[in-house]
Amino acid sequence: MGTNAPLLAVEELSVAFGGRGPAPVKAVDGVSFSLEEGKVTGLVGESGCGKSVTSLALMGLLPDRGVEVGGRALMQLPKGPEDLLVLPQRRMRDLRGSQLAMIFQDPLSSLNPVVPIGRQVTEILKRHRGMRGEPARKEAADLLHRVGIPDPTRRLSEYPHQLSGGMRQRALIAMAVACRPRLMIADEPTTALDVTIQAQILELLRDLVTEEGTAMLMITHDLGVVAGLCDDINVLYAGRAVEHAPRAPLFTEPTHPYTVGLLGSIPRLNAPRGEPLTPVRGSVNDDIAWTDGCAFAPRCDHYTMDCLQGPPSLVERDSDPGHVHRCVNPIGHAEVVDRAVLDSPAVVGEEEDR
Amino acid sequence: MPTSPSSPTPLHKRKAEKVDRLAELMGSRTDEGRASGIWIDAFRRMRTNPMAITGAVIVVVFVAVALFSPLIAHYSPTSQAWGDEVFPNRNEFVGPRAENWLGLDHLGRDLYSRFIIGARQTLLVGVVATLVGFCFGALLGGLAGACAVLGGRWGRRVDNVIMRVIDMMLALPTLLLAVTVAALVGPSLTTVMLAVGIAQIPIFARLLRGAMLAQGNREYVLAAQSMGVRRHKIALTHILPNSMGPVIVQSTLTLATAIIDAAALSYLGLGNPDASFPEWGTMLAEAQRFLSTAPALAVYPALGIIITALGFTLLGESLREALDPKLRK
Repeated sequence: MGTNAPLLAVEELSVAFGGRGPAPVKAVDGVSFSLEEGKVTGLVGESGCGKSVTSLALMGLLPDRGVEVGGRALMQLPKGPEDLLVLPQRRMRDLRGSQLAMIFQDPLSSLNPVVPIGRQVTEILKRHRGMRGEPARKEAADLLHRVGIPDPTRRLSEYPHQLSGGMRQRALIAMAVACRPRLMIADEPTTALDVTIQAQILELLRDLVTEEGTAMLMITHDLGVVAGLCDDINVLYAGRAVEHAPRAPLFTEPTHPYTVGLLGSIPRLNAPRGEPLTPVRGSVNDDIAWTDGCAFAPRCDHYTMDCLQGPPSLVERDSDPGHVHRCVNPIGHAEVVDRAVLDSPAVVGEEEDR
Repeated sequence: MPTSPSSPTPLHKRKAEKVDRLAELMGSRTDEGRASGIWIDAFRRMRTNPMAITGAVIVVVFVAVALFSPLIAHYSPTSQAWGDEVFPNRNEFVGPRAENWLGLDHLGRDLYSRFIIGARQTLLVGVVATLVGFCFGALLGGLAGACAVLGGRWGRRVDNVIMRVIDMMLALPTLLLAVTVAALVGPSLTTVMLAVGIAQIPIFARLLRGAMLAQGNREYVLAAQSMGVRRHKIALTHILPNSMGPVIVQSTLTLATAIIDAAALSYLGLGNPDASFPEWGTMLAEAQRFLSTAPALAVYPALGIIITALGFTLLGESLREALDPKLRK
């Protein structure tokens, strides 16, 4: 594993639903990105753009009927690189929890309501590390302690409904990190939490990534989260990546009109009272097929006839090779410089710790 | 994966220490020794629920009466010692008196003794029939449900086969199914229990499978899968316990139905061949002929059935509530 290949390289991942129906729906359509150890990669977009489907596809948790998965997801496993998308279910089950782990959106519904927290944690320790009895219980308490749950021994015998929302998410994170996975997928981990807890959870995730060297895929629609946590960001629209850049350039010099629209739609505390919000007009349903042109064109303020002539391709910006966009008429920067987002609470929480 | 137990590397040492210190100062107790099984917790909660207590009292009294009926009954339930005092044809019945607490039935037998001895029969039929239905139904339904949720292509096939068989059983009316079984095996007490029990299988099976399918779509099942938990463990420790609630309630309701169904079978002559032996259902069926002239004959066994069924229902309902973590405090 001494190579400098990324931990997980996703190439042209595509997921289509509805095999036998008239026309399959392409939820994810050729998305590529890579995850590196100790780094957080963001997957951003509005509902229905394929974020969660991407994560489920990588975990091998999509239903086995009526789903067509294409592309490659090469992961560096201890025994050499393997394509997660073609591994048999049996192998995937061994990898899930030990090499790959996932944190879900709603911590309450992600915990079994009738099983005490302790048993849910030790179950994973037993499954992947063969621990049982008192050592497993002690390790579970240690795990809860590590994720910042006070009085962990008592919490072990409590049921999920007896914990607060933040505690539940911490418990889920404890379960996810129980076997020190090398890759963690967080699917909107803070959406169901209130803002102060959000900041704490993000800080915890950040610490896990830096201290354990885990690679993390952060799926979110919250640009505040992205600004505070992600090193690298992919913006998805209608199943395709429309912009990819490291954090700073994405926020200071976004080039794709969709990214610009997303940044512009964030409500601001310092805006004059009574000023209407600026949404991205239309909805994600108002799109055209990527094969005909840019799917975002119907909602775009900058589209020209060029946008409707076949699929736009991902191109690198001349001035900045790490910054890629899929747009015929990219917006020149200097138009939007967004410090306000970078000052969101998520970022503040992180800086305080340094 | 390294299997060495990780020494706790506190992720934010300072903060965790502060939090621990705070917890210490707040005197929060770590009651580790406290047993905390679901059932123990449920029992603890039920002790304070008046509904549960009422149900439990009824059930306990009923079971006690049934178990010790030979000691409680005054006379033999089959002895027609007062046969010359009762003339159903002339509407001459004997009501409650010091000698016979509930009076005499149409053949001059002591109604009180018959009622008490009958409780035993009723309990036996109800419990055994429900157990038969519950065990086989839960087994089939649980297997089908587990296969449907987690089994892939083969699982769906197994589920399909089981459920089509259950559908066939469900297509027959309960009583007709019971009659068919009873007619095939021949009339006896075992037949009644078996027949009523078999007739209850499809309800249990469908109920459990349906509950398991609903639970299978819940996020915690996906979460467990994302942790690599094995499929049979997901089915047994995650889906099944969350699906048992409705089945437990159903079994208490079934106890009541089983008693009534058993009575119907006895009435049709497919029950205990010894018709003189008391059983609340048989007594009810016999009393039907004198409903207009001597309604009391029907009232006692009917009350017995109603109160017993109520007791089991109250107990089951409060058990469900106690097991439901959402209603826990």
